[in-house]
Amino acid sequence: MSPTRVPVVDGWFTAEGGEFRLLGTCCRDCGAVYFPREDAFCRAPGCSGTELAEVPLSRRGRVWSYTDGRYRPPAPYPSGPERTWRPYTLIAVELAAERMVVLGQGAPGVALADLAIGMEVEVVPGVLAEEDGRTLTTWHWRPVPEEGPAPDGRPAPGEAS
Amino acid sequence: MTGEVAVLGAGMHPWGKWGRGFVEYGTKAARAALADAGLEWSAIQSVVGANTVRCGYPGQVAGATFAKALGWQGARVTSVYAACASGARAIDTARAQILSGMADTVLVVGSDAAPKGFFAPAGGERPDDPDWLRFRVLGATNPAYFALWARRRMALYGDTAEDFARVKVKNAAAGAANPYARYRSPVTAEEVAASPVVADPLRLLDICATSDGAAALVLGSVETARRLGMARPVRIRAVSSVSPTHPRTALDLPDIATDSAPPGSPVPDPFRPSIARAAYEEAGLGPEDLSLAEVYDLSTALELEWYEDLGLCAPGEGAKLLREGATAPGGRIPVNPSGGLASFGEAVPAQAIAQVCELTWQLRGQAGERQVPGARAGITVNQGLFGHGSSVVAVR
Repeated sequence: MSPTRVPVVDGWFTAEGGEFRLLGTCCRDCGAVYFPREDAFCRAPGCSGTELAEVPLSRRGRVWSYTDGRYRPPAPYPSGPERTWRPYTLIAVELAAERMVVLGQGAPGVALADLAIGMEVEVVPGVLAEEDGRTLTTWHWRPVPEEGPAPDGRPAPGEAS
Repeated sequence: MTGEVAVLGAGMHPWGKWGRGFVEYGTKAARAALADAGLEWSAIQSVVGANTVRCGYPGQVAGATFAKALGWQGARVTSVYAACASGARAIDTARAQILSGMADTVLVVGSDAAPKGFFAPAGGERPDDPDWLRFRVLGATNPAYFALWARRRMALYGDTAEDFARVKVKNAAAGAANPYARYRSPVTAEEVAASPVVADPLRLLDICATSDGAAALVLGSVETARRLGMARPVRIRAVSSVSPTHPRTALDLPDIATDSAPPGSPVPDPFRPSIARAAYEEAGLGPEDLSLAEVYDLSTALELEWYEDLGLCAPGEGAKLLREGATAPGGRIPVNPSGGLASFGEAVPAQAIAQVCELTWQLRGQAGERQVPGARAGITVNQGLFGHGSSVVAVR
């Protein structure tokens, strides 16, 4: 039996409609966008908005900065001492339309040498860890293949959706 | 300008890994500060404790904890928490009590007993806590954020790993002369380069450790200082306590993302420079008036950011200022003559108070080997998680 797949946090991303996207919320009054999502109140000072609609964030952005973790982070990171420890990259990505920076782990195999500030990356589904018989799913950033998808963000021909 | 308060006494427990409780460290620092002030404990009207979240309930009611440890005598007790800025907020609270006439003599204490390794969030399953989430979802430790900022500096300004190492070499040399520092050996650039990478581009010796330590101050009104026979006490002229403005577009710990800026709007003022700016405005002086600065060098690269955020040089010129030797002992504006966090390691609630202890000793001319000659004015600056930032200006 394959383990149950559960998102590491509910409501932060979706693959509905076949396209993986981060999910934020947008204030109906002032248009401010939030990730992680705000669902009760808009945080913009001077805005009294209380209706926030779920919105997918841009699939692509540009690397704002990046680093890696060479030492096992402490709990609650799902990597107890009984597990094999694999260093990972962390990539901060600037989304142009939202004018915000979103942090995420790099997809497996993305090394520091593959990255540069300003490089275009896209969000892809990923697995954070196996924990208590469950597969924790998350989002990853990975460089956009050079001769891959069209610049408008549509999947390239043949790219698995 | 707000009124001034006097530093009547300063005291510390040496930083290290001592394996004892934070109450003991804090009590030692408090007794040292009282002795320095020449005051009996019974003369203290108010105790303000900077909280530690690590040391259980006593850590979260630090004012009461230290009042009890020193012997209940009925003083007002207050406990404050502002992450890494807790100590500065405790000073700010004490100052407000003095200036409002609520108390003439206030003891400020911060103490911590830190575990080995990375700071970690409080336990449990807490998906509504951003600090818990960044560890849970990303394994994003504090050094990971320091490294993201360091790499930005390398890309934007051309800073190099050698520049970062130079900060450590400078601070380690200063710390070697400080009896309260945890690390008291000089460090070479080669040793920094040979230390393991923690979060690329930062290595172990670029990142401040976590320490046990405690610092305390006795603050009072300027009249009280005179009454105690202090003709020229060190005076705290400003304590800034600012928070960011929305939208916050600089990625900062513990956040997973920044705020979103509306299309076409101007980029809002960054937070960090506003911390010192508020202190300068309140103190009625500027960076050109400073004799020294104690900055929160959580990483070597972050010390260079502070040079710029304090207005010691233009944005992007921090490494140049360092290379010129301006921030070294004997330079135009020595930074972290105490040895900084590089030599102390962070004892969270104590650190911002320790910065002011160093200013006090420097301004009194009591800093021994690390004395900045003729020090007249100094600034401290620190930044805590969750939008806390404080800067203290002291003069004599």
